[in-house]
Amino acid sequence: MPEGTLCNKNPITTKEQLDALLADKTGKIYYEEMKHLEVDTEKLAETLQATCKSRIRTWLEICAHCGLCADSCFFYLANQKDPTQVPAYKIQSTLGEIVRKNGQVDNAHMRYCMDVAWGKCTCCNRCGTFCPYGIDMGVMFSYLRGLCFSQGFVPWELKIGSGMHRIFRAQMDVTPEDFVETCEWMCEEQQEEWPGLEIPVDKVGADILYTCNAREPKHYPEDIAEAAILFHIAGEDWTVPSEGWDQTSLTMFAGDWEGCRLQVEGIYRAIEKLKPKRVLGTECGHAHRATVIEGPYWLGREDGRPPVPYLHYTEWVAEALRTGKLKIDPAKRIKEPVTLQDSCNYIRNYGLKEVTREIMSYIVEPGYFVEMEPCKEYNFCCGGGGGLNGIGIYRQWRNIGFKVKRDQIKATGAKLVIAPCHNCWDAIRDMEEIYELGIRWSFLKPLLLKMVIVPEHLKPKEEAEEEE
Amino acid sequence: MYQFITGPLLWLTFIIFFGGLTFRVVWYIRGLDWKLDRVAYRTYPALGLKGALQSIIHWLIPYGSYGWRAKPLYTLVFFIFHAGLVVVPLFLAGHAVLLEERWGISWWPTISMALADTLTIGVMVTAVIILVRRLVLPEVRILTTFYDIFLILVSVAPFVSGFLVVHQVRDYTFWLYAHILSGELLLILIPFTKLFHVVGFFLSRGQIGMDFGIKRAWKSRKGFAW
Repeated sequence: MPEGTLCNKNPITTKEQLDALLADKTGKIYYEEMKHLEVDTEKLAETLQATCKSRIRTWLEICAHCGLCADSCFFYLANQKDPTQVPAYKIQSTLGEIVRKNGQVDNAHMRYCMDVAWGKCTCCNRCGTFCPYGIDMGVMFSYLRGLCFSQGFVPWELKIGSGMHRIFRAQMDVTPEDFVETCEWMCEEQQEEWPGLEIPVDKVGADILYTCNAREPKHYPEDIAEAAILFHIAGEDWTVPSEGWDQTSLTMFAGDWEGCRLQVEGIYRAIEKLKPKRVLGTECGHAHRATVIEGPYWLGREDGRPPVPYLHYTEWVAEALRTGKLKIDPAKRIKEPVTLQDSCNYIRNYGLKEVTREIMSYIVEPGYFVEMEPCKEYNFCCGGGGGLNGIGIYRQWRNIGFKVKRDQIKATGAKLVIAPCHNCWDAIRDMEEIYELGIRWSFLKPLLLKMVIVPEHLKPKEEAEEEE
Repeated sequence: MYQFITGPLLWLTFIIFFGGLTFRVVWYIRGLDWKLDRVAYRTYPALGLKGALQSIIHWLIPYGSYGWRAKPLYTLVFFIFHAGLVVVPLFLAGHAVLLEERWGISWWPTISMALADTLTIGVMVTAVIILVRRLVLPEVRILTTFYDIFLILVSVAPFVSGFLVVHQVRDYTFWLYAHILSGELLLILIPFTKLFHVVGFFLSRGQIGMDFGIKRAWKSRKGFAW
């Protein structure tokens, strides 16, 4: 059986296909079919010829086999220094083999590649900063994911995720109508406490266009309410798009390059239609990577930048605090040891380390902020990045990998971890469930809401009168 | 024999060495693809140059990068090994004599014999350490192939033979020829093996530096810290 009914080389593009795949709970049939999926070696060779150029070929060839990357990888450290977890070994035994054999590999090899590319690497790119040649194995693993996806060897959840994006232009089945309704609902719910609160939809020419993570409307709609309240307090002229509102990209995790392009295209179309001065994304790392850092290239933008400045949420928060749009009540600042999780996607891979520290200087009482060791661009991945949080078959591997982040957090002595990234936030939550450190974790929005000074005219009437 | 291996054969060696490395450089740069690599090389030449230089310089200086500082012992061994490999063949007085005899170049700088000896011993000792490390540490052993060991032996052979020639252990002619031929073999192999990192290091580091300078660290005031 070369092509399975569920596991095959074609991406999901219709609701029927998606439902069929979802009905196969935990991907039982899907993975069974994968064992018999034929590798189209000719197509693989063609793809290599067209896309594997001097950078990756040189990386694979020049690797000195020095092993300096070993200690950079949290999987290696968490697995008692298992040599098969050395990044150079992982990439040489997978992509290296495919390139050396010019695509002449079998089903077993492709399944091995899938296990390594998704279960033993989160594409955090940390190894690349420790290699004397600057060989970035995270980049190569994400390339390998693309090869695997094109041959149908992709974890079940990510095949679904890619399909969601292709069908809904969101990582979950949230339609534009659902999204707008959620915004309206959140707005209504907050009216009593925040009279005049608005979530303007499709307003043309606003200062800020706000995009989010589909999990927010689907599972944590209060996050959208919090964003709205903070904009309200800061007096921002902002809006959300009814289409192109989800900036996440499970397609990027899946290696579905065409799907990646489609997703970002939708967002950029919203930007062109609504002509905002700037765009602002939510507290998510990979969404920023996909839409702002890699996205322009998927769409073939020669300047490598989005059509208008596209900020990560932390950039806006730092700016709002700096300019006084948001003012913090000094009495309400965090007065307990607190640490910060640096997201690989916008710290190591975008350079926002200074901005996040600036935020800490406003919201944490001096002396209480404790850095993890190592931190900033050298920080370890939370353990759940690159889509790993969502993949069932690698759950145990992920949980072992958590040990590095667990020990890093433990060493800070902090009981509160600020994690302005959905994946990090999830990973730390799951880590707490498994290892019971007794820590709390939070996005920035709820913390800011607790300590921001609310201007008198924005308070509900009665409350304002009571205070008088 | 001496005339041949230091004459036509040496010329052939140089042609292959420089020709091969030139091909490597051209092939690498031509193969960079802004869309596939997702780095807008042409749009931001200044950011790219700054990033590339930052990345190369920090890794050329001992303990100049976070990565080197993370492995202090290895870094020491690595730099002793490479310092000898680069400095001795280029600036040995014995080699400068040849330059003067053949091409009349008399201004070529040279190093003292004592320094040359120290550096050569440094190369041989660190090569042994690197070999032992390869076989002892599990995270390096799993990566090691015969090819890696072969390349170390090929790289060190001219130093061992050269050392024996200079110190006239015995059999001067044999070791002299062994030295010249192993040196030529090394130069010929460089473009065809991963020893091409003599230029490849600068290309690869330059590329990742451009990647971070233009794209992945451009929001940081100082770029990537390396």
